[in-house]
Amino acid sequence: MQLLVNGEVRTVDVEDDMPLLWVLRDELGLKGTKYGCGIAQCGACTVHMDGVAVRSCQVAAATADGAEVVTIEGLGSPDALHAVQDAWIAHQVAQCGYCQSGQIMQAASFLETNPEPTDDDIDIVMGGNLCRCGTYPRIRAAVKTAAAKLQEA
Amino acid sequence: MGRLKAIGRRSFLIGSAAVLGGVAFGTFTAVRPHDNPLTADLSEGEVAFNAFVKLTADGITLIVPHADIGQGVQSAQAALIAEEFDIEVDQATLSFGDPNPAYYNTAFAEEGVPFMSFDESTVAETMRGVVGGVIKMMGLQGTGGSTSMPDQYEKLRMAGAVARETIKAAASLRTGVPVADLRTANASVILPNGETIAYVDLAAEASQISPVTDIALRDPSEWRHIGKPMMRTDTVAKATGTQTFGIDLDLDGMVYASVRTNPRKGGAMIGFDKKYAENMRGVHAIVPVTNGIAAIADNTWRAIQAVNEVVCEWGPAPYPAETAAHWDEVAASFVDDRLDQEWRADGDVDAALAGENKITIENRAPYVAHQPLEPLNAIVRISDGLVEVWTGHQMPRFLQQQVAAVVGVDADSVQFYNQFSGGSFGHRLEFEYIKQATQIAMAMPGTPVKMTYSREEDFVQDYPRQLAMSRAQGIVENGQVTALSLDIAAPSVLASQGQRLGMVTPGPDAQIVAGAWNMPYNIPNLRVRGYRVPELAPISSWRSVGASHAGFLAENTLDELIRTAGADPMEERLRLVNHAVHRTVLETVAEMSNWGVDLGPNRGRGLALVESFGVPTAEVIEISMTDYGIKLDRVYVAADVGQVIDPVNFENQVQGGVVWGLGHAINSEITYSDGVAEQTNYHAAEGMRIFQTPEIVVRGLENAPKIRGIGEPSVPPAAPALASAIFDLTGERPREMPFFKSFDFV
Repeated sequence: MQLLVNGEVRTVDVEDDMPLLWVLRDELGLKGTKYGCGIAQCGACTVHMDGVAVRSCQVAAATADGAEVVTIEGLGSPDALHAVQDAWIAHQVAQCGYCQSGQIMQAASFLETNPEPTDDDIDIVMGGNLCRCGTYPRIRAAVKTAAAKLQEA
Repeated sequence: MGRLKAIGRRSFLIGSAAVLGGVAFGTFTAVRPHDNPLTADLSEGEVAFNAFVKLTADGITLIVPHADIGQGVQSAQAALIAEEFDIEVDQATLSFGDPNPAYYNTAFAEEGVPFMSFDESTVAETMRGVVGGVIKMMGLQGTGGSTSMPDQYEKLRMAGAVARETIKAAASLRTGVPVADLRTANASVILPNGETIAYVDLAAEASQISPVTDIALRDPSEWRHIGKPMMRTDTVAKATGTQTFGIDLDLDGMVYASVRTNPRKGGAMIGFDKKYAENMRGVHAIVPVTNGIAAIADNTWRAIQAVNEVVCEWGPAPYPAETAAHWDEVAASFVDDRLDQEWRADGDVDAALAGENKITIENRAPYVAHQPLEPLNAIVRISDGLVEVWTGHQMPRFLQQQVAAVVGVDADSVQFYNQFSGGSFGHRLEFEYIKQATQIAMAMPGTPVKMTYSREEDFVQDYPRQLAMSRAQGIVENGQVTALSLDIAAPSVLASQGQRLGMVTPGPDAQIVAGAWNMPYNIPNLRVRGYRVPELAPISSWRSVGASHAGFLAENTLDELIRTAGADPMEERLRLVNHAVHRTVLETVAEMSNWGVDLGPNRGRGLALVESFGVPTAEVIEISMTDYGIKLDRVYVAADVGQVIDPVNFENQVQGGVVWGLGHAINSEITYSDGVAEQTNYHAAEGMRIFQTPEIVVRGLENAPKIRGIGEPSVPPAAPALASAIFDLTGERPREMPFFKSFDFV
């Protein structure tokens, strides 16, 4: 099947029910998307599919066939940061960092649809992304900074 | 070894030197002094000034051997070297280095001696020195117990200073300018005329002279890095998905594996049927490992799918099958022949408790899983007698021994490449997953095998935090706490971990009572005793180790006495506190939180003070009652670490510890049914989420005489401070974690 990942057409030969997460990681070598729980409880595998944040562990490969998928690598890079990544760096959010790809992908999608989130909005939308290190205070601050920056742009 | 044996017989070695990982006695051959591990690989014109700083014409390499499990210690270690070396951290390549006795961690000695952290008496300092000397001689390398900064604070600055002064000597030889007239900055030597010579251009000459070692460390007033906000070296990578964790590594020709072992931990596998699984797409083989099976495939998902399709017959658990039986064993342990140690005996407790009006209090802390977000994984390749291991781990040399024993080679034949870990919280002190990966790799000689746990396997095989119970009796008179007898029963986490390493951990286990026996209070009659519960299910160090249960048990008991006395929790603790540093911590958190100012209706406030790893940490928590349950509003934290290295990371670590402590106190435990952990994924033990997270205000203090680490100390006060606040709000005292069993939370 063919997937459009970060703007590139990629052909993979996998089972229809292989989760997109594992297609990205083990078939396409995109390691920024993380395996955490496999049951949509942690959000570490969050990517964008047709512009919407989804848990890639719950998306069958066949479902992604033909969809436009963006991973953390496609959102921005160290040399060309997305505003959310920039805010994450400014606030030094990460501790172990393992959940942060998913947090950032969730936040980026969220700010597309809700550019001026309230504190409650942030807590609700980011509530599905687990951070075992407990960086939540910084995640809140970084989302607000990113929102302000995107508003300026 | 005569000297070591003499020490080992002394009970005050306290199961000892290594709070995380057991005691090293007899395990390593004593070598002193340790050779510099960097010199063997040097080429002509390259120089390693010590075990931490290497210079070649191509660049500077800093060895930062403490494992980075999310606490940011790679950055902090590099900053300590850079401070004296006069470089910026990004001007060097950073490496965890190879496992080596030269990277011994003497700071483990602090938890290994039975003295109050602020006891600087001759006997206390002597014993710390003796235990530290043993650690050094044995080359005990490890990360844990919030020891990284205490261990490295002077050592790494000195390593940087030696490198700097040696390069200056080389520059002096080249230019004829006296060393006293040379300055250094930005990885260069600066001559009086303003000319600069880059360090790398002096490598060859520096390699020809002996390191200059007669050096004094700089005065703190000259520091450029320490104590000032830093940018962690991993921040950009972790915001862009470019940080490589162990689970992300790919090697040429690598295959993927996953395992399933008897969910009754340590129980046998009686038999298995692999017919269906081995014919699944992409599956190379199904191979047995100790007490379980592994599937080897061409993709992680296919390996996990296949291993779950193997039909296995499991033997019984080597421990009580039901949680209730574990608690029965704990409850039966408050007896003389299970007395591990009487740790504190101030005044005359028996006499004080002889009268009437005794208050009797029982509290409990359950088993809790570690569950960092990166599932356990390891890559192993075995070829021609060489064993290579890639994973994130806190005890590199023990890892080498454990893997070597599986393969049947010398530990020196095991090459270990440490990796960034997606969290640990103590989980990466264990070795089973690496031993399993090694067994799988033995079935595939020459082929690198990446073994990854499913989240379910990780949960079920997690060796959780010890469960514990306290029984206390107290007396309050005239609004004051006058007597407390606190008995704590728990299995020994040191013994459990030591047993798996084949080590004997002599003497009592201080972790049974850590954070309790050393409570910084002058209660006139105070006794703290630890009772050792015989080993039940396997347990392992969990962020803040013993203080995670004993700190809760002690402070929740004391808080109940204080409130029963009708006293103010802050004022009574300030009246009882026995050390100036701790007093200031309490006063600081009182000031930060406006303690005493009325919060208004439907609100509550709680306080706890626990010292762990030498760090007195006080937390005030404010909560509200809402239509949806208890809401956590705000937490104030004051902690004294002697010297804050990086205030940004300090705040992040403290906040994270509070979230860790609160989240698990509210909703997490591991229970056993039929010998199997009932919690198999985050839905059943999730810890805190962002919408439950309070605002967390942090202040770091620097009054204490020694530098301490901050990875753990904010954990222990969180649970008892919340319990104190819940009592203030509801009039009901939580006596058992997780609190959601008795209270509703938003």
